[in-house]
Amino acid sequence: MNYYESKDLGRFAEVGKFKPELMKKFFDYYNDATGTDGALTKKEKALIALAISHFKQCPYCIDAYTTASLEAGANPDQMTEAIHVAASMAAGMTLVHGVQLLNNLEKAGA
Amino acid sequence: MRENALRLVKENKYDFRRKLGENDLDIPPLTIETLQVNVTLKCNQACLHCHVDSSPKRTEQMSKETTDKCLEILADHPQIKNLDITGGAPELNPHFDYFVLEAKKLGKHVMVRHNLTVTIDGDPTTKESKIYLPKFYAENNVEVISSLPYYQEYFTDKQRGKGVFQKSIDSLRMLNEVGYGNGDSNLILDLVYNPVGAFLPASQQSLEADFKKELWEKFKLKFNRLYTITNMPIHRFKEWLERTDTYEEYMEKLINAFNPTAAEGVMCRTLLSVSYDGKIFDCDFNQMLGLQIFTKKPMTVFDFNYKDLVNRNIILDSHCFGCTAGAGSSCGGAISE
Repeated sequence: MNYYESKDLGRFAEVGKFKPELMKKFFDYYNDATGTDGALTKKEKALIALAISHFKQCPYCIDAYTTASLEAGANPDQMTEAIHVAASMAAGMTLVHGVQLLNNLEKAGA
Repeated sequence: MRENALRLVKENKYDFRRKLGENDLDIPPLTIETLQVNVTLKCNQACLHCHVDSSPKRTEQMSKETTDKCLEILADHPQIKNLDITGGAPELNPHFDYFVLEAKKLGKHVMVRHNLTVTIDGDPTTKESKIYLPKFYAENNVEVISSLPYYQEYFTDKQRGKGVFQKSIDSLRMLNEVGYGNGDSNLILDLVYNPVGAFLPASQQSLEADFKKELWEKFKLKFNRLYTITNMPIHRFKEWLERTDTYEEYMEKLINAFNPTAAEGVMCRTLLSVSYDGKIFDCDFNQMLGLQIFTKKPMTVFDFNYKDLVNRNIILDSHCFGCTAGAGSSCGGAISE
């Protein structure tokens, strides 16, 4: 047994076993936000979700949004570009903190 | 084949008829509008998803006698307006041109499931050229329906074999050059998309827009409509699912996406499928599973009885979930979109 089992994704709704009204609110919101064409298409939303899945390194989400992206008509080039956006943002977030480093260095007179 | 069929009928884990019952649905046959005829299992390609298990090695062909019998049925039944010729690569049957020409003389709308590459490859065994096909189709106003798994090389070649994408593009250009896909002409060129793996097709409308944009911008190619078709969990595709341990997951996906509206519009209600040897089936998939229509006895074109056929029970099984998932799937693409 591992902490992450891919089949456990299918049990997501069971988290509503206790306090089901809260889980229902979440699923209604989640489905409206991610599963419908709006100002963004379902394909664009699936690619955003795929990028976030990688950024937050959620194995369930990577499984789900690989399929969701394919089923929304995305291709491997688009999906790979999406995760490069996530990866470069992560790198940028690390590097922009270099300004903090510079500030501290200045304070220290280095 | 029959043994396989019986095993499938017994398999009740994925009970399609029960699902119809749960949704208060009944799907009896309606007026038969289309005769879909599989004239050969031979093909110049051997695709991963192919439910017909076609390849250059197959030798099964419809005879002239059976072809004539199909023409007789078309002549005797004005309600059957469409002839849908499929295979394999149907153009590899030696009586193919004759079949098209005679059906047109009867005033039928003729559709051909054309794989594009056969125009360039020709017959893989006799080496006969098929380069005349675009002109032949245009002269006879045949509706051309062609598989193109994706507008990029990667998915297309992965599913249909190396080099297929480029040959398909060249062949599409030849069809455009004789007037196909141009909105001003009445020559209709439809493309068929099916997923490369164990997932459902995207929305037909949005994929059509993507295909049109990409094929025009990159290759200056035009077509009329895109049909999305779900991969049926039978034969070569089912074997692949089982090999990758994803058969159950795929079936559950199809069942969870069951769409009652799509179920009401399934193609077997208005179509009959004829095999190369003249047997009659509810659809191409039942044909491949050997689930022949049985009224007083197994039905063939040689004892065709329209009244018995419209009063028959359509044979339903687990693979039928493929036609009712999501927006649905038929030889004419999504059903309920």
